[in-house]
Amino acid sequence: MEFLFNLISGISLGSIYAIIALGYTMVYGIAKMLNFAHGDVIMVGAYICFFATMRFGMPPLAGVLLSMVVCTMLGIIIERLAYKPLRQAPALAVLITAIGMSYFLQNSAQLLWTSSPKVFQSVVGTINGQTGLKLFDGALSVSYVTIVTIIVCVIIMLALVTFVNKTKTGKAMRAVSEDKGAAQLMGINVNTTISLTFAIGSALAAVAGVLLCSAYPTLVPTTGAMPGIKAFTAAVFGGIGSIPGALIGGILLGIIEIFAKAYITTQLSDAIVFAVLIVVLLVKPTGLLGKKVSEKV
Amino acid sequence: MNLKTMNKTTRSNFITYAMVIVAFVVVQAMASTGGISSSLKGQLVPICAYIVMAISLNLTVGVLGELSLGHAGFMSVGAFSGVIAAIYFGQTIENTAVVMILAMAVGGFFAAVVGVLVGVPVLRLSGDYLAIVTLAFGEIIKGIVNNLYVGMDANGLHFCMIKNTLEMEGGKMLLNGPMGLTGIPRIATFTMGFVLIMVCLIVIFNLVNSKSGRAIMALRDNKIAAQSVGINVTSYKLMAFVISAAMAGMAGVLFATNFSTVVASKFDINTSILVLVFVVLGGLGNMRGSIIAATVLTVLPEVLREFSEYRMLVYAIVLIVMMLATNNPTLKNAISNFTGKFKRNSGKGEKVNG
Amino acid sequence: MGNMVPIPSKGYMKESDMGQTPVLEATHLGIEFGGLKAVDDFNITVGRTEIAGLIGPNGAGKTTVFNLLTKVYQPTHGTILLDGKDTHGMNAIQVNKAGIARTFQNIRLFSSLTVEENVKLGMHNHTKYSTLEGILRMPKYWQEEKRTHERALELLNIFDMAHLADHKAGSLPYGAQRRLEIVRALATEPKLLLLDEPAAGMNPSETEELMQNVRKIRDTFQIAILLIEHDMQFVTGICEGIAVLNYGKIIAKGTPQEVINNPEVIRSYLGE
Repeated sequence: MEFLFNLISGISLGSIYAIIALGYTMVYGIAKMLNFAHGDVIMVGAYICFFATMRFGMPPLAGVLLSMVVCTMLGIIIERLAYKPLRQAPALAVLITAIGMSYFLQNSAQLLWTSSPKVFQSVVGTINGQTGLKLFDGALSVSYVTIVTIIVCVIIMLALVTFVNKTKTGKAMRAVSEDKGAAQLMGINVNTTISLTFAIGSALAAVAGVLLCSAYPTLVPTTGAMPGIKAFTAAVFGGIGSIPGALIGGILLGIIEIFAKAYITTQLSDAIVFAVLIVVLLVKPTGLLGKKVSEKV
Repeated sequence: MNLKTMNKTTRSNFITYAMVIVAFVVVQAMASTGGISSSLKGQLVPICAYIVMAISLNLTVGVLGELSLGHAGFMSVGAFSGVIAAIYFGQTIENTAVVMILAMAVGGFFAAVVGVLVGVPVLRLSGDYLAIVTLAFGEIIKGIVNNLYVGMDANGLHFCMIKNTLEMEGGKMLLNGPMGLTGIPRIATFTMGFVLIMVCLIVIFNLVNSKSGRAIMALRDNKIAAQSVGINVTSYKLMAFVISAAMAGMAGVLFATNFSTVVASKFDINTSILVLVFVVLGGLGNMRGSIIAATVLTVLPEVLREFSEYRMLVYAIVLIVMMLATNNPTLKNAISNFTGKFKRNSGKGEKVNG
Repeated sequence: MGNMVPIPSKGYMKESDMGQTPVLEATHLGIEFGGLKAVDDFNITVGRTEIAGLIGPNGAGKTTVFNLLTKVYQPTHGTILLDGKDTHGMNAIQVNKAGIARTFQNIRLFSSLTVEENVKLGMHNHTKYSTLEGILRMPKYWQEEKRTHERALELLNIFDMAHLADHKAGSLPYGAQRRLEIVRALATEPKLLLLDEPAAGMNPSETEELMQNVRKIRDTFQIAILLIEHDMQFVTGICEGIAVLNYGKIIAKGTPQEVINNPEVIRSYLGE
């Protein structure tokens, strides 16, 4: 039963990683850049939802929507101001800019909202005064947050796969990620498509932020940093650029982390997660579902 | 040697040496006459440590051309192994300079060993993957040191992981897991820091202007061409990476022996990124720039104490603006038109110089 | 041009090279990319001091042949004998040490380094001091740096480029970059030099000069040269033997005269 409990917790945490990883993987696929600031967009999303619901008494769902809108705009602005001017620049320059952006968001949050932790109240309410389901005569209790997280992740994943494969805009996104030049010649507006990708990724980050803080209620300006890094790890793990890869990578990472905490040691769980990433990359340098790209000579 | 007959690189290197020596003499003179504040005096050794961190990271990022986000991990390995060595040797050796040299040797050695362990797998990757894996390694090192317990008694050193299960006859704890190292002998001096900077500079400049350094830069410029002229990509990548790690380890020893306690979380991703900021602002491959950036950015927050809460925010903005200004064609042209002939020889500093 | 002597099934060989081990003997060489045969059953023999040409329409697989010979790609079929030695299992670095040097169709210089440094990098494996001797500036370092410096200028002088030694390779004009690549390749002391479109982008007078220089290189260093080129004047003017490649297969081999009169070659170039 303990195993089952850990497995469900792992899948739930993994679902959050997967939603964040989607943002990384889509942006990487299309702009070929590691958007280091993505984790901090999560944090902004959580703060917005916190203030909307706790301070201004908005209903949870409205809070989530507001947070998604703000994060979407934030994502587009970040892309326009910091990344777009560097489209032809070396990868190192773009990565350093993204790191700078991450620091900028964290420190702005610290100045705006101080570094004292906020206690985030779960957006998932109670049913009959219960915060979760009791299964097997109470031997296994699963919180509603856990269940909602997994369901939201599945819905997002299905919606995204449909969007990318079936709609015209989705196809444009795939075209841009294959070959920007050719896509432009086919009449696709590359800049709009890239902005749209950032918008989707950031909206998902807001959702992830709210879910993350519903499960782990301490909210500080650095809340997004570690999950961000781990979700990127998950994206790399699954094969960066691949949407199903982000799902598989995220969930596996969540399970590994929870199991490491439960059966090995809490203190070393992060180290174990990163060690697994390294092993995967050594065996398969492009991740589980990644494509091999070789340089033309 | 005559300054005029030297080539441009050699001259530039000598200017850097001269700059460091002059700065050392001036600061030393001011310190002895009480010309600098005590808070700044306390910063002298950390500044030296950060300078060594910056020039060693510049070897990886600027000369080899691979981004490392885990440089603080090597500093950590050096700091902890070096301090334990310093305490151990300090029992029998009186002369602190000798203890320091031994501690640096140990710290540098262990950092180099970890450099090899990390480098062999990591350097098979490149670009963003390499960056993220160095970050992962940095976090792993932090996690391990955070859970390491080291004690010392009459029978020598004792180690254990995760839980303190050391059985010692008397003796004392040196490294106490997340509590870190306590009771560090504060043997680091400004002079030692200066010597370490000079040694690292000489090693880097001499390396870069030898066949091995050229091979390392050739990898950065064009890996396939480098292979086509028979250059072993992996071994030269590893060489640059390990030398860089060893220097970071020594910087760690210098840094840690300036304080009485040190914890593993000091050497986290934020420190790695801080050092990266020095390197980027100073110019990739530009050692003199790294030295200046590390000094200015360490001193500045002390001077502007009242703005200290904005420090990291300012760093972030400067980092972004700097990248945009040096890499966006439109902005770059605008700036070069503005500054005109003043900027003729600086720019990106692709090639390594002082 | 030496007299060409027919050899069984492999075209011709220069009379003066007969009786010596050919510098290159590739047989049944082939590579597949996901089922597609980019090069199939490729055979070539290059004599010790021969200048040989490899021609064919765009996309015929010429550069792929170079990539196979230099082990940028590992061939899926066939054998490559370099100076009689099988290069099976060697990587790009070992092949270079064994004696093949090359230039690239899309120039690959160490563009942030100086011209002299580029040439010195060609001499990398012939520069005899260790990393430690370099860092400690031992006498060996100074000796070897002096020797390689002089040698680099000597090699650059083949193309009258010694005065450019301190310029950054990336700042050179296109033609000079192509020539620098040849010098860098020569600096590795090869037995066989592969030139991938050396005359691309050059005007007729530059091309003429290049032809003379390629011959000069062969005569001075007594090495074999295999080159890919589209400029037929260049190829027929300089090559002693020519192989024609189309769709990854050799369709003709022989002296320049034979090849340009071969109906199948004409067909492959002009279309059906």
